[in-house]
Amino acid sequence: MLNIDDLHVKLEDDDKDILKGVSLSVPAGKVHAIMGPNGSGKSTLSYVLSGRDGYEVTGGSATLAGEDLLEMEPEERAAAGLFLAFQYPVEIPGVGNMTFLRTAVNAQRKARGEEEMSATDFLKLIRAKAAELQIDADMLKRPVNTGFSGGEKKRNEILQMAVLEPRMCILDETDSGLDVDAMRLVADGVNALRSEGRAFLVITHYQRLLDHIVPDVVHIMADGRIVKTGGAELALEVENNGYADLLAEVA
Amino acid sequence: MAVPATRPALPTDPLPGGAKWLRTARDAAAGRLAAMGLPQPRDEYWKFTRPDSLTQADVPAAALFDPREAPVFGEVDRIRLVFVDGVFAPDQSDDPAGENLEIARLAEIAETDIHWAAGLFGRLEADGHSPVARPLAALNTARASDGVAIRATGPVAKPVSLIYLHKSETSDAILHHLVKVEDGASLTLLENGPAAARFNKCMEVELGDGAAFNHVRAQGRDHERRAVTHAFARLGQGASYKSFTLTANGRLTRNEQVITLAGAGATAHVAGAALGDGAFHQDDTVFVHHAAPDCESRQVFKKVLRNGATGVFQGKILVDSVAQRTDGYQIAQALLLDGDSQFLVKPELEIYADDVKCSHGSTSGGVDVDARFYLMSRGIPRAEAEDLLVLSFLAEAIAEIEDATLAAEIHSRLAAWLERHRSGRR
Repeated sequence: MLNIDDLHVKLEDDDKDILKGVSLSVPAGKVHAIMGPNGSGKSTLSYVLSGRDGYEVTGGSATLAGEDLLEMEPEERAAAGLFLAFQYPVEIPGVGNMTFLRTAVNAQRKARGEEEMSATDFLKLIRAKAAELQIDADMLKRPVNTGFSGGEKKRNEILQMAVLEPRMCILDETDSGLDVDAMRLVADGVNALRSEGRAFLVITHYQRLLDHIVPDVVHIMADGRIVKTGGAELALEVENNGYADLLAEVA
Repeated sequence: MAVPATRPALPTDPLPGGAKWLRTARDAAAGRLAAMGLPQPRDEYWKFTRPDSLTQADVPAAALFDPREAPVFGEVDRIRLVFVDGVFAPDQSDDPAGENLEIARLAEIAETDIHWAAGLFGRLEADGHSPVARPLAALNTARASDGVAIRATGPVAKPVSLIYLHKSETSDAILHHLVKVEDGASLTLLENGPAAARFNKCMEVELGDGAAFNHVRAQGRDHERRAVTHAFARLGQGASYKSFTLTANGRLTRNEQVITLAGAGATAHVAGAALGDGAFHQDDTVFVHHAAPDCESRQVFKKVLRNGATGVFQGKILVDSVAQRTDGYQIAQALLLDGDSQFLVKPELEIYADDVKCSHGSTSGGVDVDARFYLMSRGIPRAEAEDLLVLSFLAEAIAEIEDATLAAEIHSRLAAWLERHRSGRR
């Protein structure tokens, strides 16, 4: 599904390399996790894949189901089936959550040459999805993420994911700022979306999210590279020994 | 008084006819105007806005514009009063009648010796020249021959809707409206349309104790029109004045509001959203005077500017020593969609009471790139994402419109304007 090959990235206005040759491949139906210390380049990877301004790809490639991601505008990547759950979802006062979601759904449908969804059908869809994530009508009416608690923001991200039905989901530190109950709710939401046709890349600092979203493969990232790849047990190793031991081992 | 040769000549010939009260008011206004002279670029409150085209004898021609959309407020059940180039058009208007409502045309009451409007015409305007002179308002009182006098004696169910049509490329319209909302009464007033090539409008609003006045206007989409408008309002105890103005397009628009909170516990909210693309200069000049205790005032002005458009905000809050426990708020913000546009701001606070909460702020900046990326990452194309962010930026001003139907009408106008201007079309 997602193929990243020897990806090199630097900041546009800085010569410092952030990603120094990242390669990984997430097949459909699988959940891969990326763990790593602060500054290892995890979030940069998620931003580069989703097309945020400010980064320059100096080498390598990234494709989604064979399509070159790096050539696409962010909205084209979304329409192609890529979704990034933000670490810090942005507050947009004055734009209702429902309006936002409906605009997004219909923009993607239009880009794919599909018919726009009627207001009634959309309402039905969103009500069903929101109920699963314990998102009430009030939260749907409020402006996007405005005044939402940390947990509400993250649940809202998962709601968007559920409504937009992407085939490649990237979760950027979705566990940050969540208490145990909120994390379980979010993880349940993600697990409900796991399917044969859909792949996940879960970026996290800590192992605890991976107790709930059990990955097929864990990658350890450090200094802009994947330094170790293993099974779910690798996350436990990090939890028990910390990154320092592990990095010393690979160095 | 010596008039420099470069000054445009003041009109001197008095309007014919009129009852004694009207002649007296007009003469007094002409006297005020002669004493203060027409506005000059060197005047403190005209530094950001050139007054010439508003004062010159020849009206700059303004091409007629077909906005190719149904006029705003079309969904609202209202009493429509239509003016064509500043002249009342009875055949296009509704019957100006309703429960608790009296409407009379200024041209009619001009010949009537006794009318409630006699006590209001020119009075609030005359009181409104402090701290700065507003000569174009005095000119209006001296020269206006048409307009409406609206009086609410109780709750008025339907909004009164003033519709200003522009049919002549060189029309120079002057309208003077009077609004009196008696104690405990309420009224909603709507205004829309470009009115004329050049439009000078003055409205005096007197609110009794516990009276409520809601005002929503959309100033018309003609690109070349010029307008100067004044609203002078005086609020009784516990009265409420809420005003929202949408200005989209227009070569030059100056909107002045002078609001006196004269009774304790009164509330005044004035808000505006301005959208300019290219040859656009829009100026909000607002003076809020807290002359009684426990009053609240809010000013919320938002401007979206691109392609060299200019926005101006001059806002002053004056709090008298008697006006304890005043709650004053003022925000003026511009969203500059490119580097060519500019926003000129002069906020002022003058406070003589010691127990006062007053805050003001002003910002100008571009589109929030983080928010834009967030929207785009959900599949929303860049232009559409920016439009959503513009609406987000304007939301605080639109939120000042109490009535949900009216707010939705204004919102849809804004969205339509943005969509049209997305591709660079006007």
